[in-house]
Amino acid sequence: MNHSVQITVNGESSQHDVEPRMLLCHLLRDSMGLTGTNIGCDTSQCGSCTVMLDGKAVKSCTVLAVQADGCEVTTIEGLAGGDGLHPMQQAFWDNHGLQCGFCTPGMIITAVEILNRKPDASEGEIRHGLEGNICRCTGYENIVKSVVAAGSRASD
Amino acid sequence: MAIRTQTIGERVRRREDPRLVTGRALYTGDIRLPGCLHLALARSPYPHARLLSIETDEAAAAPGVVGVFTAKDVLPTLKRPFPVGSSPDSGGFRELHLPPHFPLAEDKARMVGDPVAAVVARTAAEAADAAELVFVDYEDLPGAGDSRAARSEGAEPLYPEVAGNRAFVWDLHPDGAPPAQPGEVEVSLDFRIQRLIPSAMEPRAVAARVDGDRVTMWTSTQSAHRTRSSVAAILGIDRERLRAIAPEVGGGFGAKANLYPEEILVPWLALRLGRPVRWSATRTEDFQTTSHGRNLFVTFGVAADRDGRVRHCDLDLLYDSGASYSRPGPTTPSLTGAMIPGPYDIRSVHAHAEGAFTNTAPNEPYRGSGRPEATYLIERMLDVLAGRLGLDPAEIRRRNFIPKDRFPCETATGLRYDSGDYEAALDLALEAGDYAGLRAEQARRRVEGGRPLGIGLASYVEICGFGPWEAGGVTVEEDGSVTVRSGTSPHGQGHETAWTQIASDQLGVDPERITVLTGDTDECPRGIGTFGSRSAPVGGSAIFRNAETVREQARRLAARLLEAAPEDIRFEAGRFFVAGSPARGVGWEAVAAFAYSGDAPEGAASLLTSDVDFRPPGSTFPFGAHLAAVEIDPETGAVGIVRYISVDDCGRVINPLLAEGQVHGGLAQGISQALFENAVYDEGGNLLTASLLEYAVPRAGMLPRYELRRTVTPTPINPLGVKGIGEAATIGSTPAVANAVMDALRPFGVEHLDTPLTPERVWRAMQTGGPGSGEPDA
Repeated sequence: MNHSVQITVNGESSQHDVEPRMLLCHLLRDSMGLTGTNIGCDTSQCGSCTVMLDGKAVKSCTVLAVQADGCEVTTIEGLAGGDGLHPMQQAFWDNHGLQCGFCTPGMIITAVEILNRKPDASEGEIRHGLEGNICRCTGYENIVKSVVAAGSRASD
Repeated sequence: MAIRTQTIGERVRRREDPRLVTGRALYTGDIRLPGCLHLALARSPYPHARLLSIETDEAAAAPGVVGVFTAKDVLPTLKRPFPVGSSPDSGGFRELHLPPHFPLAEDKARMVGDPVAAVVARTAAEAADAAELVFVDYEDLPGAGDSRAARSEGAEPLYPEVAGNRAFVWDLHPDGAPPAQPGEVEVSLDFRIQRLIPSAMEPRAVAARVDGDRVTMWTSTQSAHRTRSSVAAILGIDRERLRAIAPEVGGGFGAKANLYPEEILVPWLALRLGRPVRWSATRTEDFQTTSHGRNLFVTFGVAADRDGRVRHCDLDLLYDSGASYSRPGPTTPSLTGAMIPGPYDIRSVHAHAEGAFTNTAPNEPYRGSGRPEATYLIERMLDVLAGRLGLDPAEIRRRNFIPKDRFPCETATGLRYDSGDYEAALDLALEAGDYAGLRAEQARRRVEGGRPLGIGLASYVEICGFGPWEAGGVTVEEDGSVTVRSGTSPHGQGHETAWTQIASDQLGVDPERITVLTGDTDECPRGIGTFGSRSAPVGGSAIFRNAETVREQARRLAARLLEAAPEDIRFEAGRFFVAGSPARGVGWEAVAAFAYSGDAPEGAASLLTSDVDFRPPGSTFPFGAHLAAVEIDPETGAVGIVRYISVDDCGRVINPLLAEGQVHGGLAQGISQALFENAVYDEGGNLLTASLLEYAVPRAGMLPRYELRRTVTPTPINPLGVKGIGEAATIGSTPAVANAVMDALRPFGVEHLDTPLTPERVWRAMQTGGPGSGEPDA
């Protein structure tokens, strides 16, 4: 039996009729056309599908759509909150923090969460914080550099 | 007004990134296709099984299912089987078997994941549910999970025509090897180079839509053009009826340069059903069916003089061909054989390879393809030899390098190295890493105690820039903007940025006015694709030359406009002017407006296009030297990288930012081969590392910071002077790290351990003195 889900994504509220087994990542991608959220695995290892759920970074493949009922979600498309780039998006661009770009939306959302928790996170803390997100292209060097650059340590 | 241009060699941020960091980029799975159906495949759970019967009624009746198709529906309509495409340069092969196979298994499954039935439904979930309902009566056959098992006495043949599963025999000297040069000491070791899974973050995906009498397919590939040719040949349709697009592609690393069954099935289904169809692999499907790499059993020996000079080397390898090829034959084992002397002046080489068909995923080129294997073997061997002779690893390399005044240099394996200065790269690595200081610290710890410290070096040279050609047409459009049509097929490298730099530099055009088209057979007339570090040296050179040609041809038009002789026309910063009168000039807008106008002479507009393919006269040979310093936790055997210095020489650099990114990613994959990754099949051919839970793609905390240095030795074989950089760091880093770990373990009597050097493997060796015959240091 399908369920009705009310969800606010990137500031816009909408209602969806979903199968109980539908994952949040599929709701975002298939029902809402928000394909910036990528799916890179089926065991919740890769982190490509990370989104903000009520202000916290979560892998959207670990959340059922019905669990997101009444929640607020921010995806990579809505991160900047308008035109232009969020400072973390800008930092990834400036520091060549991406190559193929597939892991990038999840990586950026996780990076935002790391700095939300600790604006002056050290390189080691950033590497630890990125544990749940896999990148195969960059060797992480420039991802870490991007997050450092976006953090408050960069201005010290 | 000065025009803002970009130059070759400039550190430019990528123009690809705004769409990628905002989620606007469209990968194959993101392409909007209203009314699209979804494909799921029923796949063999057995590594090796005869298909006795397939029942599809229940699946066909499941909710949302539009159709279920098996080999008997699909195969009769196909024009030809796999493998398809142009044959690799395979001199030296004999008894090369290329067994035909089809996108759906007909009578036999030869690996776990072999597709048996195609199930199409309204949603992906319905298709996946229904695929579970396909009932196949399998007769389980004995399988072989590795090449030794497949070649063993009594092993079940995968193909009746391939006796003993022997896929091929390759010899460096097929007509008989010259006698080996003797040395004063001989060393021979057995190596197992593990199997790796390339693991692009975007699993493979294909979509297709019928457009009138044509079909458009989107596929996550490294080669849109080759894919189109192959798919059209198998489907038996005119190439012009098929448009192949590689949209945003989420990594490839060689594995997406192959052709896969789904790339046949999806367009076939779209044609059959008249509706768009799509398929995206799950990670496990991707790991089971996308090609793997490396995976050798090797016996490698050298003969050397007591001063460390290597006189002869002898390579004998057993290659795992997997269950099948998508293209005609293996390309990696002959590359390993040809590159085995590395940067060293070894004048006598014997090399022999045999292949085995196994009940495993195809084993085809993976980042470096054959060169990482060769480099690892010779670099490991030099360290073992140095240890036995009491020489410093840096010194033994110096004594064997091809000197810098010897280029171009013909190797004993028949290659022609274009340019190099191997000692300069090593010197830079030693200096940047404070080699003397690290050795002093190592000596101190060995006396005073502390975590074992190891220092590893690897010098490498690799072959890249394979031809035979690549396209890179350049057109100045009517409004003065520029279109570049490249045959390269990027998947993260930043070609749009680099190709823009080349065109902007040559034409003096604002990069905002340059459009780069790639990976679309309608937009780009010809192409081969991106693999083997060929894009910059071959594809980049095509653009460089064509832009130059357009500029020179445009001089004639500018001369007409300026009423001067063409030889008096100068070009600077995007403007043509009369020599001596820089104020009397015209820009591209004026030249193009004239060329496309009614006032222009016949053929004027065609002067603003040049589309000549670049055919390199030979391969190019990037090189470098890596230094790794590692510490070992004696309690756990875990290896920590303390410093990593990567000196890479790829000739002239188009964009340092991009080149560094390629090095970073290459290092990560090479280091990970040394320490973490291992694709494991059980004896019978079940993949035990079939997800990211089991297969150790490294995370941020598992990798060190990299310290990059560069020497610049341009190549004479292309006009840009560029070599390749995509694979170089992968090639140098595995032996550097392995040598560092073995260096740390010398006091424990360990001379060699196979990779990956996992904590368990290292810890066990520390307890027992491990495999290998090295003596503890005095």
